[in-house]
Amino acid sequence: MIQVLKCTVNGKPVELGIDPRESLADTLRERLGLTSVKKGCEVGECGACTVLVDGVAIDSCIYLSVWAQDKHILTVEGLQDENGELSPIQRTFVEEAAVQCGFCTPGIIMSAVEIVGSGRHYTRDELRRLISGHLCRCTGYQNILNAVERAVEEVHRTVGK
Amino acid sequence: MYDIASIYEAKSVDDAIRALKEDPGALIIAGGTDVLIKVREGKLSGCRLVSIHGLIEELSGVVLTPGGDIEIGPLTTFRQVAEDPVIRARIPVLGQAVDQAGGPQLRAVGTIGGNVCNGITSADSASTLMALDARLRVKGPRGEREVPISQWYKGVGRVDLAPYELLVKLVIPRENYEGYTGHYIKYAMRNAMDIATLGVSCLVKLDEQRRIVDDVCLAFGVAGPVPMRSYGAEAAVRGLPVEQAVSAIGKAALEDVNPRDSWRASKALRLQLVEELSARALAEAARKGGAAV
Amino acid sequence: MEVGKSVPRVDAFDKVTGRARYADDLCPRPVLEAKILHSTIANGWVKSMDISRAQALPGVVKVLTCFDVPAHQYPTPGHPWSVEEAHQDVSDRKLLNRRVRIYGDDIAAVVAQDALTAQRALELIQVEYETYPPLLTPEQAMADGVKPLHEEFPGNVLKRHVSEIPMPESDFKCAGDVLSFPGYHQFHGHYETQQVQHCHLENPVSWAYVEGGRITVVTSTQIPHIVRRVVGQALGIPWGSVRILKPYIGGGFGNKQEVLYEPLNAWLCTQVGGRTVRLDLSREETFQNTRSRHPISFDVRAAVDGDGFLMARECIAVSNQGGYASHGHAIVSNAVTGFRQTYLDQLAHRSEAWTVYTNIASPGAMRGYGIPQCNFACECMMDDIALQFGLDPYQFRYQNLMPPGYVDPLNGITCHSTGARECLEKGREFIDWDRLRREYQGQSGPVRRGVGMAVFSYKTGVWPISLETSSARVVLNQDGTVQLQLGATEIGQGGDTVFSQMAAQAIGIPTEDVHIVSTQDTDTAPFDTGAYASRQTYVTGHAIKKAGLLFREKVLAYARELLKRPGELDIRGREVVDAASGEGLLTLAELASEAFYSLDHCVHITAEATSQCKENTFSFGCCFAEIEVDIPVGKIKVLNIVNVHDSGRLINPKLAEAQVHGGMSMGLGYALSEEMKYDPKTGRLLNGNLLDYKLPTALDHPELHALFVETDDPSGPFGNKSLGEPPAIPVAAAVRNALLHATGVAVNTLPLSPQRLLEAFRKGGLL
Repeated sequence: MIQVLKCTVNGKPVELGIDPRESLADTLRERLGLTSVKKGCEVGECGACTVLVDGVAIDSCIYLSVWAQDKHILTVEGLQDENGELSPIQRTFVEEAAVQCGFCTPGIIMSAVEIVGSGRHYTRDELRRLISGHLCRCTGYQNILNAVERAVEEVHRTVGK
Repeated sequence: MYDIASIYEAKSVDDAIRALKEDPGALIIAGGTDVLIKVREGKLSGCRLVSIHGLIEELSGVVLTPGGDIEIGPLTTFRQVAEDPVIRARIPVLGQAVDQAGGPQLRAVGTIGGNVCNGITSADSASTLMALDARLRVKGPRGEREVPISQWYKGVGRVDLAPYELLVKLVIPRENYEGYTGHYIKYAMRNAMDIATLGVSCLVKLDEQRRIVDDVCLAFGVAGPVPMRSYGAEAAVRGLPVEQAVSAIGKAALEDVNPRDSWRASKALRLQLVEELSARALAEAARKGGAAV
Repeated sequence: MEVGKSVPRVDAFDKVTGRARYADDLCPRPVLEAKILHSTIANGWVKSMDISRAQALPGVVKVLTCFDVPAHQYPTPGHPWSVEEAHQDVSDRKLLNRRVRIYGDDIAAVVAQDALTAQRALELIQVEYETYPPLLTPEQAMADGVKPLHEEFPGNVLKRHVSEIPMPESDFKCAGDVLSFPGYHQFHGHYETQQVQHCHLENPVSWAYVEGGRITVVTSTQIPHIVRRVVGQALGIPWGSVRILKPYIGGGFGNKQEVLYEPLNAWLCTQVGGRTVRLDLSREETFQNTRSRHPISFDVRAAVDGDGFLMARECIAVSNQGGYASHGHAIVSNAVTGFRQTYLDQLAHRSEAWTVYTNIASPGAMRGYGIPQCNFACECMMDDIALQFGLDPYQFRYQNLMPPGYVDPLNGITCHSTGARECLEKGREFIDWDRLRREYQGQSGPVRRGVGMAVFSYKTGVWPISLETSSARVVLNQDGTVQLQLGATEIGQGGDTVFSQMAAQAIGIPTEDVHIVSTQDTDTAPFDTGAYASRQTYVTGHAIKKAGLLFREKVLAYARELLKRPGELDIRGREVVDAASGEGLLTLAELASEAFYSLDHCVHITAEATSQCKENTFSFGCCFAEIEVDIPVGKIKVLNIVNVHDSGRLINPKLAEAQVHGGMSMGLGYALSEEMKYDPKTGRLLNGNLLDYKLPTALDHPELHALFVETDDPSGPFGNKSLGEPPAIPVAAAVRNALLHATGVAVNTLPLSPQRLLEAFRKGGLL
């Protein structure tokens, strides 16, 4: 049972055969080699597999690939710009020491991409809520919040100009 | 990879009903946040699925009817419900309730219809929909019918959905929300990514002076095998001054509920929460309605 | 100075771009998948198994059962091997076991073309059991007439030991005399800690293949060299014919300081002709079948004189070991030792430690190795004594703290440096202790506040209990930069970054010129036992320093050869300079080019050193927590929290702070919400998944504050001491003591969950 999935992944049109029983995490990892999409629980509890589907952060482990037909998928592999520059949230993750083991990092960064991209300001508590779909055992979320907060501020400032 | 025998992507509601009729054992999958987890657990392994995931146009969105009723498509995600301007303006308590389900990624995919159709007592939307006396419109081969939510739940995980039937609309009649303010308290062991140990939703309508409880609707999740209204408590405090109502409602609610002992929480804990949180939910709902509590 | 600088992590770029490869990311596809059949009883025997239907399923390559495995048993903990048989780890398991000792024990395995087929095959295996009642507590397991889990241990007691410190001349004969002396305040208490799990985000995963007649296992581990040895032992093959590769790993916290499934994976691989086999554990399997933190119960006694000095203490600790020995008695032994050390007993101290086999999922090493448990008992006790005898809990601790120069009378570990008192002072000031203690006294009402504290000490590495050794290799590159090769592992803690800084410091070059080889390949990585015991910055640090200095000498010798000039030379930045004037003489790039390609004297400059560390030292710290408790609903909210640490000199302050955040977070989960729960009837783990096991989310955290007192430890390679584990230690007791302050109710069992709090409040008359 192979079906054809047509969608856009990290800005590039993709057409590939998938098994309709696959999760989007399966397809991205196993067929497209996008190994930033991590599996930590496979039931939507840890957030490590978070990707953006049409700009919205979802757990790709509990999202069937057949539903991604004609949609735009974004993973961490698609964030660097054409010159290789890190996106603001990737940069603040590095600078704020928000990375430790790094296994939850791509997923949280994807949620943060949506947060930063909203163009809105958030309180610290709102940010806590917005990343509460991710589990991290290394950081206590402290530096992750610092990184997200800074990226939101920096992007807002740039856009504001 | 999920252990699914087949998945059919329905083209329309009628097509989904037809597909269900052709394959009576097949299950509906919408957002997938519940069904896929059960498949993985082995509870539904090898199942055949009819996906309504793509029926956004027919089944998603919030509409304010000319008569003032609010119609919610079952495929509307928790996030869409919470962010919807009609919901925010008219029944913010429902938005507040669904905004506490799981985490952000789950709320972006999980649907309010799925939350109601899986029949579980801890569903975050359920107690508020109970308090609002929502009506559930279902469609089957013989057309549509409407079920009041008070008659929807038939037992643990079972709802009033016949074979080949599909939930197509959740309706909140105008008279059930207009003039009411509400508050939902989700009590869980974590502040996110959790299932409710107890969910309490309270709607209140105050008199013009904002001192007397003219009407109150109190509903619970996890206070029994299915979401439930606490009619006894409502009757006990209706007509009382707000402060008296707040101090009386908890004890009265204890008479109505029947939580169970489980490894997640003891009956004693849940009863304590019923008593305490009923009062807090009422107080907060009344405060939102302008009462000085 | 490269040490002491907050340089960004060397792996951060790769991790934020998704380019960092973890074990499964490297696995070739398609690959044969292995799945394990887990028992559906907790205690008993597999009498027979029918695998015929599973074997017949298309796509199944092989079904192997507990009747097929090698007969010998092997040990699993990540300890250095002991050459003395008496000190060797307990060998108490086979690759698959007929004797079922935990619910979900490994009894068979399937290798199939894909994971789904393997899963379906498992469901087709018929098992017949002989079933015994599950024994979930030490009391149940030690009862008369119960069947032993392991025939080598008839009473289910893996080990018991008693120790007393030598006493000064006095009328007292033993600790018991002091503890019952009526002239002292007498205290006794009972405290219990729960079983929790590491919850690293990456589940244990490995894949194995045979190449050149040797077996290679790529795995998510903290201890590649130990895995190599244990795979050899388990399969009964020479250790040299095993090769382990350890890439980036998604956290370990001690769970991967154990040889978990690498031996089974390796064996399954050999049974299917050496083809590549992947064994990818689910989260549920990780909970049930890998390690956790031991639940330990403590009965403690203390004698305190009229001036508030500890005269004697006693600690009896009973540790629930679950079905397999894992790290065995080492953990509870460490717990009673830790209980002894933070404070000084003037006269006597008695310890009694028990490790008892039961049928719960087997605990093993977890961040802190028994110390978070004993710290809860010790620090609750300190507050309870203070309350009972009218002492100030801060002052009582302060005056009894381990003095500088302290030598543990039983293991000889010495306090070479201490900032403990400064830590307390700093924490007290940060939290505004004096004001809050006053302000929150005698509250009434449903919502109350309190402030509490806890103190800890922690050793650094495992000497003299066990071997401490590490090797490092520094290799010159053609451009004058260096490679650093280690057997020590990056597990998320930032090891690679601080190792690079240390090497740079020793050689005299910038950190960015040190290219660390992050992946350990046991064929090429120097020997090091791995990441545990907060040992690597200390033990591996010594090896890096030694190798770095040796390398530096070799470079300078070659420079002298090239420069043929008098006077001392030095390496600064990227140059060889005149040590006196600082004048640049030769860039390292020029030197390297010459060394690699000289037609006259070509040499590849490398340096390698082993440092056997026969030293240890204490780090210290404390936690202060301010909480609000909502009594009618049994909820604690942490309003403010700070950990203050003396870990000696910080190699990288920013990363050190991040480590502390993570430890505090783990401590908060330990304090408030985390607990593995079992069905008493079946022994099945009830909440072995990330929904039902309450790991705190971002919304469950307060802002985390980390402060440091930097001492310069003379025994540390760069003045540094342990840091990785300590932050998790003092949090639970600090929160519990804040609850005591807020409500007067002493809750002596973790976690402080709503259920437990409401019961305690009811008992205490607050509800």
